[in-house]
Amino acid sequence: MRQHYDDRIVALSARLVTPFIQLFALYVVFHGHYSPGGGFQGGAMLAASFLLIRLSIGTAAAQSQFRRSWGTPVSSIGSLVFLGTGLIVMFFGFNFLDYAGLPFGLPESELRNAGILAIELGVAVAVAATLTAIYDDLVGELMGPLAGGLDEATEVAEADQVEGPEWDAEPGDG
Amino acid sequence: MRHLTLVVLVAFAGLLLYGIGHVPERGDLESPPNAAESAVGSPNAATYYIENAYIDAETPNMVTVTLGDYRGFDTLGETVVVFTAGMACALVLRRSRR
Repeated sequence: MRQHYDDRIVALSARLVTPFIQLFALYVVFHGHYSPGGGFQGGAMLAASFLLIRLSIGTAAAQSQFRRSWGTPVSSIGSLVFLGTGLIVMFFGFNFLDYAGLPFGLPESELRNAGILAIELGVAVAVAATLTAIYDDLVGELMGPLAGGLDEATEVAEADQVEGPEWDAEPGDG
Repeated sequence: MRHLTLVVLVAFAGLLLYGIGHVPERGDLESPPNAAESAVGSPNAATYYIENAYIDAETPNMVTVTLGDYRGFDTLGETVVVFTAGMACALVLRRSRR
């Protein structure tokens, strides 16, 4: 799996589909109160949108979407959002994960609604970041275009411009 | 050997079909998982979830209420399992930059 094939059709299709996958993932997370879905499912779909870009245009170019170094910290943040929601209510004299103790000043049932949403968001963030981090760890080094860093890519692009073919010139020249 | 495999498979399929015939109807209140009281007379938690999920959390999806609120500690454990899997992959596979 060392080689990367630069295919414009695959890259364009992946870029076209990715925003819709992400939008549907957010819908699954936020609509989990009313329909099947929730944090785990939405987080897995969010991770799928990240992995689609990584598979199609290469892990190096995908760094501008979700950096490899973000995986571990963001998954920690997701887990801590869940744990923190459970711990906050303990400061107000309630049991661990009893959302009725959240300090928002709403009726008890609406507080539980908000607490469930908070933990679902934490789960979604943790799952999406963890799955992406596992893929990045399995792949190892960066591949594809921009694998040598942005500077090298700029050099390559400038060299291409100097020695580019005729059809690369500005329109209206011929 | 091949005939033996076939015999075992057919016997197992027969066993499964026999078991399916005895599965209670969906929503049968007399079946043990749905009954308000278990066989030994203790109250069943599922009945409380079904009756009070919307009252407690104003959430129509009672599965979400069960996973997120009533059994929130279990879901926290699931999240920690996923997080631990990511950490284990990082420990085994990730190479230091030096």
